[in-house]
Amino acid sequence: MSEFMSDFYKVFIYADRYKMFLEGLRMTLLVSVVAVVLGIVLGLVLAIMKMSAVRKGRRTLLSVIANIYIDIIRGTPTVVQLMIMYFLVFQARAGFWVGVFTFGLNSAAYVAEIIRAGIMAVDQGQMEGGRSLGLSYGQTMKDIIIPQAVKNILPALGNEFIVLVKETAILGYVSIQDLMKAADFVASRTFITFMPLVGCAVVYYVVIKILSLGLNAFERRLRKNDNRS
Amino acid sequence: MKKLLVAGLSLVLVCSMLFVGCGKKEDVNKIPETIKVGTNAEFPPFEYKNDKGEYDGFDMAIMQEVCKRIGSEMKIENMEFKSLVGAMESKNLDVIAAGMTVTDERKEAVDFTDSYYTSNQYIIIKNESKVKKISDLNGKKIGVQEGTTGDFVASGDYKTVKNATVKRYKKGADAVVALRQGGIDAVVIDANPAEEYVKNNKGLKLIKDESSKEQYAFAVQKGNKKLAKEINKQLKAIKADGTYDKLVKKYIGK
Repeated sequence: MSEFMSDFYKVFIYADRYKMFLEGLRMTLLVSVVAVVLGIVLGLVLAIMKMSAVRKGRRTLLSVIANIYIDIIRGTPTVVQLMIMYFLVFQARAGFWVGVFTFGLNSAAYVAEIIRAGIMAVDQGQMEGGRSLGLSYGQTMKDIIIPQAVKNILPALGNEFIVLVKETAILGYVSIQDLMKAADFVASRTFITFMPLVGCAVVYYVVIKILSLGLNAFERRLRKNDNRS
Repeated sequence: MKKLLVAGLSLVLVCSMLFVGCGKKEDVNKIPETIKVGTNAEFPPFEYKNDKGEYDGFDMAIMQEVCKRIGSEMKIENMEFKSLVGAMESKNLDVIAAGMTVTDERKEAVDFTDSYYTSNQYIIIKNESKVKKISDLNGKKIGVQEGTTGDFVASGDYKTVKNATVKRYKKGADAVVALRQGGIDAVVIDANPAEEYVKNNKGLKLIKDESSKEQYAFAVQKGNKKLAKEINKQLKAIKADGTYDKLVKKYIGK
């Protein structure tokens, strides 16, 4: 037990190392939040581009572009995208923005699919009903389809955010000091491997738990006026 | 019933996580038939993968020779440099052969054999850089390989550099790429890899950091005196019969 305590002291307290973990957590959260905003904005654009094919009933230039983009992003590992973004696009500068753009662009592909699936999940009859009542395509979309689709989309979007937070643990590959990197740093100084890792796992877990609790509450709130079981 | 099953399964999961790495205690004072050698094959000319994809380099060649003379098989485990000591502490390695510098901090976690090479830290900079000596790096952006002596120097652990922003990469090569692209001002890394990098990248030059003389040694598990003694004996023999000089010539060339 005393060995545990001395390890604990070395890993978290000596030389204010807990501050490194906190700084790391700050970086992790900052990258995640900015990236998720970028991801949602871009994902929405991609989804609209993709949906243009549904409306016309054939492939359009926009939908083809969106499809290729999503295909490439989903077909390559995030860590490879991160390295390419850092060494090729940003020329080893601006670590924070490398993280934001990599995860934002990456997330956009998944968000686009989530939004598209959410809209497609609304029953076809809703569109037909809207149109036969004399509403235009746009009006039906805005007033009938989208409000229903939002309820499908939001929970999945929250899930995407959680995945993104966890994925940022690879930021260390391009020397960004995130939470995982803080654990790496402490391990490289103390030669205690196990405890920094467990420490950073606990922090990740707590953050994700808070997020998912918030998400659950939000989902319940959405269900309040819902007569679906 | 279902709840019970879930509870049981999660208990098994938790227990298995707790006992990972606890393994049974083996007799540390026996020379194993297969010596597990940990390295980080990103550190030429000491360890790297050659064109055929095999592990090669000065450390590997010396260790191979030592193992041969002891009469054991050698099995190479390649991993990140910073993970080596941890892997040894959890008894997954018998020897670390990774151009590892003897430091007091590391001595708390592992035992070292006699030193087999003396090295220095080098600063790699662009040709047009104004850096002349180690203290010129104060407040600059320095790239290093995570957990290496260069990392300790740049982070100010030895008080030779102050207030630098340290960029820690997984590989020395990544730091050199970042330097060429202008993302960082300098790279601090051991002498021989530094020479290899400068040889293979145009527009870079070297400065020797005289303040950082260091001894490379092999590491063994804490308390494994038998293996350390055996390696020391063979190291002496290798030096005595000229094999050492031959290997230095082959890999380091001086």
